[in-house]
Amino acid sequence: MLIRVLRTYLRPYPRPLAAVVILTLIGTMASLYLPSLNADIIDRGIARGDTGYIVRTGGWMLLVTAVQITCSIIAVYYGARTAMAFGRDLRAALFRRVGQFSAREVGRFGAPSLITRNTNDVQQVQMLVVMTCTMLVSAPIMMVGGVIMALREDPGLSWLMLVCVPVLVIAIGLIIRRMVPGFRLMQTRIDAVNRVLREQITGVRVVRAFVREPQETARFGAANADLTATALRVGRLMTLIFPTVMLVLNASGVAVLWFGAHRVDAGQIEIGALTAFLNYLLQILMSVMMATFMLIMVPRAAVSSERIVEVLDTECSVVPPAEPVREVRGRGDLELRDVSFQYPGAAAPVLRGISFRAEAGRTTAIIGSTGAGKTTLMSLVPRLFDTTGGTVLVDGIDVREMDPDLLWSRIGLVPQRPYLFTGTVASNLRYGNPDATDDELWEALEIAQGRDFVEAMPDGLDSPIAQGGTNVSGGQRQRIAIARALVRQPEIYLFDDSFSALDLGTDARLRAALRPVTADAAVVIVAQRVSTIVDADQIVVLDDGEVVGIGRHDELLDTCETYREIVESQLTVGVAA
Amino acid sequence: MSAGVGQRSQPDQPDDGLDEAEVPAGPPAAPNGGRTAARLPAAGQAAGGARWMMAGLPAEKSIQFLPSAKRLLRRLRPYRNQLVAVIALAVASVTLAVIGPRILGRATDIIFAGVLGRGIPPDQTLDQAVAQLRASGNDNMADLLARMHAVPGMGVDFSALARVLLLALVVYVVSSAFAWLQGYLLNNVVQSAIMGLRAEVEDKLNRLPLPYFDRQPRGEVLSRVTNDIDNVAQSLQQTLSQLLSSLLTVVGVLLMMFLISPLLAVIALVAVPLSVVVTQQIAKRSQKMFVAQWTHTGALNAQIEEAYTGHELVKVFGRQREVEAAFAAKNEELFKASFGAQFISGIIMPSMMFIGNLSYVAIAVVGGLRVASGTMSLGDVQAFIQYSRQFTQPLTQVASMANLLQSGVASAERVFDLLDAEEETADPVSPVRVAEPRGRVEFSHVSFRYQPEQPLIDDLSLVAEPGHTIAIVGPTGAGKTTLVNLIMRFYELDAGRITLDGVDITTMRRDALRGAIGMVLQDTWLFGGTIRDNIAYGNPDATEEQIHTAAEATFVDRFVRSLPDGYDTMIDEEGSNVSAGEKQLITIARAFLSDPALLILDEATSSVDTRTEVLLQRAMAALRSDRTSFVIAHRLSTIRDADLILVMEDGRIVEQGRHDELLAAEGAYHRLYHAQFSQAVVEIDEVSDGAPALAGVRP
Repeated sequence: MLIRVLRTYLRPYPRPLAAVVILTLIGTMASLYLPSLNADIIDRGIARGDTGYIVRTGGWMLLVTAVQITCSIIAVYYGARTAMAFGRDLRAALFRRVGQFSAREVGRFGAPSLITRNTNDVQQVQMLVVMTCTMLVSAPIMMVGGVIMALREDPGLSWLMLVCVPVLVIAIGLIIRRMVPGFRLMQTRIDAVNRVLREQITGVRVVRAFVREPQETARFGAANADLTATALRVGRLMTLIFPTVMLVLNASGVAVLWFGAHRVDAGQIEIGALTAFLNYLLQILMSVMMATFMLIMVPRAAVSSERIVEVLDTECSVVPPAEPVREVRGRGDLELRDVSFQYPGAAAPVLRGISFRAEAGRTTAIIGSTGAGKTTLMSLVPRLFDTTGGTVLVDGIDVREMDPDLLWSRIGLVPQRPYLFTGTVASNLRYGNPDATDDELWEALEIAQGRDFVEAMPDGLDSPIAQGGTNVSGGQRQRIAIARALVRQPEIYLFDDSFSALDLGTDARLRAALRPVTADAAVVIVAQRVSTIVDADQIVVLDDGEVVGIGRHDELLDTCETYREIVESQLTVGVAA
Repeated sequence: MSAGVGQRSQPDQPDDGLDEAEVPAGPPAAPNGGRTAARLPAAGQAAGGARWMMAGLPAEKSIQFLPSAKRLLRRLRPYRNQLVAVIALAVASVTLAVIGPRILGRATDIIFAGVLGRGIPPDQTLDQAVAQLRASGNDNMADLLARMHAVPGMGVDFSALARVLLLALVVYVVSSAFAWLQGYLLNNVVQSAIMGLRAEVEDKLNRLPLPYFDRQPRGEVLSRVTNDIDNVAQSLQQTLSQLLSSLLTVVGVLLMMFLISPLLAVIALVAVPLSVVVTQQIAKRSQKMFVAQWTHTGALNAQIEEAYTGHELVKVFGRQREVEAAFAAKNEELFKASFGAQFISGIIMPSMMFIGNLSYVAIAVVGGLRVASGTMSLGDVQAFIQYSRQFTQPLTQVASMANLLQSGVASAERVFDLLDAEEETADPVSPVRVAEPRGRVEFSHVSFRYQPEQPLIDDLSLVAEPGHTIAIVGPTGAGKTTLVNLIMRFYELDAGRITLDGVDITTMRRDALRGAIGMVLQDTWLFGGTIRDNIAYGNPDATEEQIHTAAEATFVDRFVRSLPDGYDTMIDEEGSNVSAGEKQLITIARAFLSDPALLILDEATSSVDTRTEVLLQRAMAALRSDRTSFVIAHRLSTIRDADLILVMEDGRIVEQGRHDELLAAEGAYHRLYHAQFSQAVVEIDEVSDGAPALAGVRP
């Protein structure tokens, strides 16, 4: 998965990547040349007492150093740029994909998880690319270069590399292989401890009310002990790394001096070459070690890229039609024919055999107890979900055959949770109709009974709205959401329990004001309060996913037991008064 | 989201991700033209470097650094002996590590001497050879040779070399062994100390009075017990182990460098201020970039969050294109900012390398000249180069740890604040026990206020007879919830007393008092576990059958059956499979199962639809039948059968009596009642004639 993600999203940047490799190559070569020059100083300068040569070679070394830093900086430039562009593209691809999702896919992953995948997981993979482009890329070059240079100094000692490098790789590899799962386990354990603490704090009243402190403390104690045990284990491995690496490096140095001395003594190499060889070997070992450490990041990035690919590969269950109907003649009549819906994996369908018509110019109310499937039913109309059986028709055309833009343009939805976007009151109201004039906005607000409080805000229509609309009260949020739907002037209104946060008086006034504006539209209202829907043209009573009654208020009182129960539960006291 | 578990709104808190992400988590110095085994960062150190480099995030500053740091160290006192051992081992290990290159330098000298010795004919003495060189005008070479212990005609002295190299090997092995032992011990100490700190915080949480949790935002307390402790653990572990060895290494290396050659030592030291200045300059710029990067990351994440949370609106309102365009713009901004940050901070490493190389060249040239002039041995130069490599690295590490330490101590301080917070009064030493609570509750002249200047409940008296249902009504802020919280002894009274079956509740143990009471709160808190576990929360010994009975009585069973996993469904942070109303039902089932003598229902059915509520009322009526119950409700319809209705306004009981009496009195209850129902009734009267007929269908 990781490879696939990397290949796909790095493909557009062959040139910068090539530049990174070439520049790193030059920079590394320059780096590697320095010990060789140093060897020359020793062999031709010091050993012959030629001070002029020492100074001249010193000058060369400076020049080489300058070349090296120039190449490094340019390589960092391209590396950082490419890695960040990679992250940007990957984020954009995910965002586009999720944009196509229906509510079903969003529900399957959960919005929080999608957000994490789009942000943190991308960051993890991007991180790996950054490190690779800026640091890891030099490791193999350094290694190969080091080997070449070392061989040039003395092929006779090259067998030392064949011993030292594997020893180091195996030593670090053994430790890291045990450490990576340890790290993962530790994160899980930290999460466990934090979860217990978090629950104890958010649920402090419940914990105390049920006298669960001893159990909670025990639960915490167990999590804490688990975490500590894991931390100790991981910590011990970590403390092993540094001494091990040092030992391998230092022992290699000793070995080079010992075996090199024999070759020097035999006149096979000069002493400067020996020093150079030592330097090259250490350099190789260092780059091997760097590479190994960086590889720690790979498993983590691999997990992240799996999570990313999972989203990218998810097919949308609601697909736009291949040959959409782009024109519809009609007033916005809505009809459900034998509709059923079942969440994937659920034991029982949420909706079964639902049929009714909501004609333009009429108000259809849907009532039923919690979990009766009212919100799901509403979501089927704008194809947030597709039915698993039966059809939803708008003006006689299956919504699945309609151009989505056309379908949506005809619908004004006020969701159960009236979500508002960051911006201003006006920007929220114009959400579905960017061209609306201020007058139109005020008009919609007036109908939604929101004019007073918006006028009372310091900046009126331009008053800021925080993310989610958290800076206005629930009732105000609901009224803005209603006005937002009104500004669109759609043909079908879907109010999903949109009056619940309003007091009865406001509710009544709002509905009275709505009547003339929605006179030609099909209005579907989901409600909990009977008073909200008592004047509807037809009331659909849902119970347990099925329609148990359709009719007007007074008809249903006579014919529908469930409806009567609902009404009773709300009106008994009122009537007794 | 009062309901549910923990903070759902912020998934996967980025604190972990952000710390590590986006930052070259490398050591400031890296493999380069370097010759020797420069100290290399262990994996843990990499994270330290990351934190330091991303100092773009406003570093937390502690208020009192020194006292808090001392207090943190004091916590390690129980481990005094181990710590002494740790320090001793560190000193030993570093000393040996520092001596190592010097020994290797001697080995080089032996080899060099061998090379030179071989060049002199065996029949010549060393002095003759030197004189000969001088005569031929080669003064430099003569000086060089004069200093060497070369034996004419002899090659490398292998037995001497073997001794020296063996010594070096032993020194390195012992040094590594000590370093490992030191790390091992320190790891034990730090982990034990952190475990102790966590346990202490946990104990403290249980003893903190509820007002403490009310006073500060939940996220604040949460962050202290989770993020801050994690941070303390991390910084303690990283700083303690590295600070010590880094400082020791710097001192040791400096010493050795001056010992070998004061002149070269001064040259090497020049690199220090140079690298500090360069690093600072770059860091200053990159900090700004990092701030921009985090700002843009935050903005983009907010935008993604908004687009995903409002997903259906984006679709239905046809805003997909606009949203994507806005995203693309922000995404591009983030790209630019993070590219800048990455680039600028990425320059640090090559720059350090450059300075390192400059100093290397200087040492090589000056050292070479001095060897040539015979004032220094070749081995010394080689050793010196090794030392100069070892020198800058720990120095940068110490610098980078300053920030880490700061932030760790700041976190520790916040944890200490929590540990120092005032606790609730201890339970009485010889508590009074109510053997079989009957449930008679009496308030006599009770006064209570959250804030001294704002009286909330003032001189309130009431009696709840065993088995009675007491309903409490009144506008928001009248003190209804406070009243029932006082029975639970969540808060301490300012005056007056509350008795349960004649016993002052302050003379009882809190757990005994609360064990006798079942409470359903407005806040539908459930913990992360299965539905079954949540129902059994108040009675962990409940049998499966009892759980099912409770679930059926409270209508939990009905919806649980439709869930794929039934009672094993996990209530988790993303658990959108259980609605707010259903959660509330579970909390009722929970109280049902705990079978208390006294029942408190605080808005227990506010999220449940009215029809279910009526059914629940019946179930709860059964639950209440032989128990004293306190019921708080907004919907007046749910309390008309109460034995006593208390109407509260501004912390006082302004009226009490039964439903009919209160209505007849035409007082506060009457007003409240009409405010709630008249409009609905009028509305229905207007629209249909059905309403009056309803009277007949009452159950």
